[in-house]
Amino acid sequence: MSVPDMRHGRDGGGRRQYVTGYVLSLVLTAIAFVLVAFHVLPVPLLLVLLMALAAVQVLVQLFLFMHVTEGDGSRVKGLAMGLGLFFTLAIALGSIWIMTFNSQVQ
Amino acid sequence: MATRAHAMGEPRDGGTRALALEYTHAEDRTRILGFWIFLATDMILFGCLFATYLVLRTHMDGGPTPATLFDMKGFGAETLALLTSSFTGGLATLSMRDGRQKSVAFWMSVTIVLGLTFLGIEASEFAHDAFIGAVWQRSAFLSSFFTLVGTHGCHVTFGVLWMLVTLYQVLRRGLTPRTARKVFVVNLYWHFLDVVWIFIFTVVYLTGMVM
Repeated sequence: MSVPDMRHGRDGGGRRQYVTGYVLSLVLTAIAFVLVAFHVLPVPLLLVLLMALAAVQVLVQLFLFMHVTEGDGSRVKGLAMGLGLFFTLAIALGSIWIMTFNSQVQ
Repeated sequence: MATRAHAMGEPRDGGTRALALEYTHAEDRTRILGFWIFLATDMILFGCLFATYLVLRTHMDGGPTPATLFDMKGFGAETLALLTSSFTGGLATLSMRDGRQKSVAFWMSVTIVLGLTFLGIEASEFAHDAFIGAVWQRSAFLSSFFTLVGTHGCHVTFGVLWMLVTLYQVLRRGLTPRTARKVFVVNLYWHFLDVVWIFIFTVVYLTGMVM
């Protein structure tokens, strides 16, 4: 747990962090766009790459914009976010997985 | 002062360094933690809507397909508006920590304008879809599409209203630990909506263009 000091942005470090985050998110989005616009890669590989780019974007938002490591109760927070992520992935990926059996029952 | 701060549940080293404004009171720190837990539950809501979309995506009933419906310029502009608003919202948080009230008000205003821009593009996209007969009764694909993207749009609408109210409080009361916490939390919400959009952009729009 860490609670941030006042005026952490005064030395320009805070601002640099936000600018880095913004530039990164623009670059990652541009890569995703270009990959789809030119569409030269096989679809499965393309989808994996797009999801990987989205995952990196999330990390950028969480660490550079949302200060996820700060504040009280980081264990509770980590547990809540971890559980939320687990349920989200279980529901979404589980649905995709179970629908792959669709052709066998029809 | 040190005794009072300690009685309010301050960390023991609270007297030796100045905490960021939104973390000065134990109550505000707890509220920030509570908001993170809310975000975890909201993530599950969107997880369910994403799962529904992923299952129904291919059920187009002979109606419009993702590739014919989605316009790269449109969702590209939406993405740019929301990514930039996430950045300007972050600058509002940064200015708040520097104690610059006017700067907070400025960046929050920019964020609100960008949020409204996003909503405007989304509304015109939905209106265009409806115009060509792609309404949510048309097919299971469109039902799940409008539910997922529309729920996000509702979140953004609520976020804009919330940010307006917070902006008003900052202008009216200045930067106190309480208004600072509100600025911090509304921007957490805003960044979260950007995260959800990144997945809508990836899973719905970009994937829809190639499949």
